[in-house]
This record gives sequence, structure tokens and C-alpha cells, in this order.
Amino acid sequence: MNKALRTSLGMALALLILAAPLILPNYQTQLAVLWLMVLLALTWDIMGGQMGYNSFGNIVYFGVGMYTTAVIQRGLFFDIDEYAHVAGGTGSQLSLLDYLLGLGLGLTGGALLCVVLAVILGAGILGLRGHYFAICTLGLGIAAGEIASGWDYLGAGSGLVTPLFPETFFGRGIFFYYYFLTLASLTFVVLRYLYSERFGLAINAIRDDEDKAESMGLYTTRYKTIAWSVSAVFLALAGGAYGNLIGFIDPLDVAFAGPTFGVWMVLMAILGGKGTVWGPVIGATIFHITQELFWTYLLGWQRVALGLLIVVIVVFFPLGILGWIRERWPERFGERVEGKQ
Amino acid sequence: MSHLLEIRDASKSFGGVIANENISIDVPEGKIIGLIGPNGSGKTTLFNSIVGYHPVDSGSIKFSGHELTRLRVPQIARMGLLRTFQQTRIYGGMNCVENMRISTPTHGESLRAMFRAISPEVTEQAEELLEFVGLYEKRWLLAGDLSFGQQKLLEFAMALMNRPKMLLLDEPTAGINPTLINGIIDRLKHANANLGITLLVIEHNMRVIMNLAEHIYCLAHGQLLAEGAPENIQHDQRVIDAYLGAH
Repeated sequence: MNKALRTSLGMALALLILAAPLILPNYQTQLAVLWLMVLLALTWDIMGGQMGYNSFGNIVYFGVGMYTTAVIQRGLFFDIDEYAHVAGGTGSQLSLLDYLLGLGLGLTGGALLCVVLAVILGAGILGLRGHYFAICTLGLGIAAGEIASGWDYLGAGSGLVTPLFPETFFGRGIFFYYYFLTLASLTFVVLRYLYSERFGLAINAIRDDEDKAESMGLYTTRYKTIAWSVSAVFLALAGGAYGNLIGFIDPLDVAFAGPTFGVWMVLMAILGGKGTVWGPVIGATIFHITQELFWTYLLGWQRVALGLLIVVIVVFFPLGILGWIRERWPERFGERVEGKQ
Repeated sequence: MSHLLEIRDASKSFGGVIANENISIDVPEGKIIGLIGPNGSGKTTLFNSIVGYHPVDSGSIKFSGHELTRLRVPQIARMGLLRTFQQTRIYGGMNCVENMRISTPTHGESLRAMFRAISPEVTEQAEELLEFVGLYEKRWLLAGDLSFGQQKLLEFAMALMNRPKMLLLDEPTAGINPTLINGIIDRLKHANANLGITLLVIEHNMRVIMNLAEHIYCLAHGQLLAEGAPENIQHDQRVIDAYLGAH
């Protein structure tokens, strides 16, 4: 493929991505969720792919970010008792500026809280390795969901309604499509930078042989905590916005959705190829589109089809799509012996 | 004169098994010291105690005057006391250059430095050292795809990249073909003479250790059996008995 063709294809793709919610106005939410999926897979891959710490608890940050954002939004403009009774302040519409202010402050608060949480949780469990870490994080996700289901301040089991999106010339779908597109792109750019420098090498070293990394004097605990915090920040920013996109936060199905988002983020990263920067993006795109097609064309059997897809991914693509390509054409990934073609 | 590494009466036992008993070893700065002994005599246990994998039960281990017995592995490594492993350990999923780039000294590394770009000097130095151990041609291959001998060389190069004051080598020539062994001896001597790295070497290959070390300690059954110049150790009846299985 020559360069001009590649550039024009890239431009066409970029235009398509930018215009997608206008071309397909009925699918705005699904398209926004596509970018959310990309983000989920990318953030999971920091720990699971690049650092070799398989986490099933990243959903905790997603949920904590979501609840924190909603609680801050609620607390800024509404009386809490009244809010609960009228189900989301349906009576009072916020102006666009107030809404954005609430959302902005909420997201910031959620992100900060999640970093603090990541540092605290990290100090406790990042010393665990292998299966023990995986099981412990699985427990974290479940515990978080149970706590949220029993906490009245957060609406307990009956959930929490986020403030209505104000009426303006653009709708909620459009707004959150571009929000998630921007956030996923930012995540991608940040991670690509981090992976290409010392940070990336260090977490790869931890993945390959943590004992060796320690014996070479690396500050392994610091690197691990930072990696965990980076995923926490982006997950919190995603969670906070997702709550507003859906409009209703259910503690187990939306916020701490371990069986869906929590598992999918792992699958998407594995499907695309974990430990690569493009793998999660490709995996998430394929997974999300396939999943939506199942819902449309195999209704009633969509869960079975999804289960089959998962089995196919694990059995036939254990290294993921990019991992498979890398095995066949290693020189495309920079592996080569001098003097050999 | 004080020694770079001073071990005084170090003892370590696992349950009822006494792995090290009252071992005292001195390693003067700038020397190459050998540590030999039959399998199971406690050499690797002693190494592990020195670099902080497990604390000693009693005794003291001092490195340039600092007590090591209560420090953890990475802290000791950052002081400039590094070890290589008997079962070679490299980062298998990364290529050789990356393995080298991440092995720079981390002493006093700030939080900001963790996110910084890798400087061209680091890459240059990495390639120089890979050239030195003879892996330059293979530098873009995954370390995990190298042969065992090449991995040993890479591990050695990574240790040099860290610019340690002292290096503990656990069987640097085990599993390496005889022609390569001479190359390794030369490189170890070079590192000692030109880079000023003090070496403490565990070795089973008598030809290698007699050639390399200026002073040798021999362990057997967790105790220090003999010490002395290579030629004395070679003819020490106790050492010969220990190796031939007599008690």
C-alpha cells in the first residue's frame, strides 16, 4: 500500500468516526458505548497485558467514578431528600452551563477519589501475585457492588438517577459520543507515550520477571501503583459519564457490572492481543459490533452466541489477533537478526 | 583496611536443615573471590542472604560499612550490590535492547524520572555493552528466544548496565559450551579490571574458578571448610574429600 492511499484511507476513517453519530442518529448510544469499550479494554490492558497482573476488579473504579460524579451533581444543585422523591429532579431542568459545571466537578471528584482509592487498595493487594491477585480483585468488584446495594445515601438497591441532560440544540447521545471519543483517544495517546518510554519497559519487566526486576533495583511497587492509578483515572472519567449517558445507576447492572463490563474488558483485550497498544482497540471494536449484531439478529440466543464467541476467542486466539499476526510476521514488530532479511 | 563485603558468623537454617552455619567471608574491593562447594553446601543460600531474599538467623553482613541484614532486595540492589541467577533470569518478552534499557541504575530515581523518555546515551551504552558480550547482532530479538548461553551473556550485560560496585555471580558458566567459557572468563576479568567491579563468583567448573579467582572459599554442609589461594585449595585434602563424598 502506498503512502498516499494510506493517508487518504486514514482521513476517510477519521471523517467517518467524527461524523458517525450524525450519519446514524438512532445508534448514538451504541456508538458512544463503542468508545467506552475501547477505553475499558485499553485500561484493563495496562495491568493485565503490559504488567501481567490480571485484574477482575477494575470495574470498581468505573463504579466509584460513576457514583461520585452523580453524588456531586446531585449535591450541587438539589436537596437530597426532595431529589430522591421526585426521581432525578425531573421537575427541575438544569441549564446547560450548570449541567456541565456539575458534570465537570463530578468527574474531577470521581477521578481524584479513584486515584486515592487505587493507592490505598494497591498498597494492600499489589503485593499479591498471579492467581491470588486475580481472585482478590474479583472479590473487590463483588464487595463494591454489595456495599453500593446496601448504602441508602447512594439509593441502595433501587439505584440513583442522574440529572437530566438539558435541552439544547444537541442531544445527550451526540454529547456523550464525542466525550467518549475524546476520552478514549486521550487514553490511547497517553498509554502509547507511557509504553514507549521507561514506564512501559518497567511494567513489561515486572510482567516478565518481577523477582528479576526487584533484584535489579527497580522501584516495582511504585510502578505498579502508578499503573493501577492510571487505569483508575480513566475508568473513573468513563464511569462518571456513562452514568449520565444511561441516566440511571443500578449498583449491580450499571455501576459495578462485573459479569458484563468487568468480564468484557478482559475478553476484548485478549481478543485484540493483550500487551499491545492497538490490540485492545481492535478487540473492543470487533467485540462490540459482534455483540450488538447478536442482540439484533439472534434475540433470545444472544447470551449463547456471546458465550460461544468467548470460547472461540480463548481457544483459537489465545494470543489475540495482534499476537497471532506477530507470531507469523515478527519482523513487522521490530524483531530481526542483523544481516538476515 | 575494611572490606567491601564483610560477612561475620552468618547462620541460616530452614526448619531443621542448617544451610549456613557461622560463615565469615571477606571480599576486598576490586578483587575476584571464588565460592565453591559440592551441591547443597549452602552457596546459593548465602547469596540469597546477602542480597536480601531472606534474613539471616544470626550474624552480620556488611556492604561498604552498611548492615544489609534488615534491608530488602531492591534496596540492596540500589546500593550497588547486584546478583545474577543460577537459572538465568532475563525479561523474555522484551528484546535485548529493551532488556538493557530498563537495567540502568535506579539509585535515587525520582517520581518524574519514571515517566521520562529514554535518552539516546542509554541506548548507545546498551548497544556498546551488547557488542561487548557479543550479542549486538541479535539485539532486536526477543530475549526469550535466545539460547541459554546467550541469555547468560545478556544477564551479565544487564548487570554491567546497572554499574554495580559489586556483582555476585551464581555459576556464570553453567550450561555454556566450552568454547564460550573462555570468552566469559575474559569478560569477567575485563569487567573487574577496567570497570572496577568487585566479583564474588559461585562456580562448579574448577578450571574456570582456579583461573579467575584470587582467593577461594570452600563450603561444605553449610560450614566454611577451607579458604586460601587457588593452588592451596586445589591441593587441600579436606576440599578433595568433600567433593568426592567422604565425610
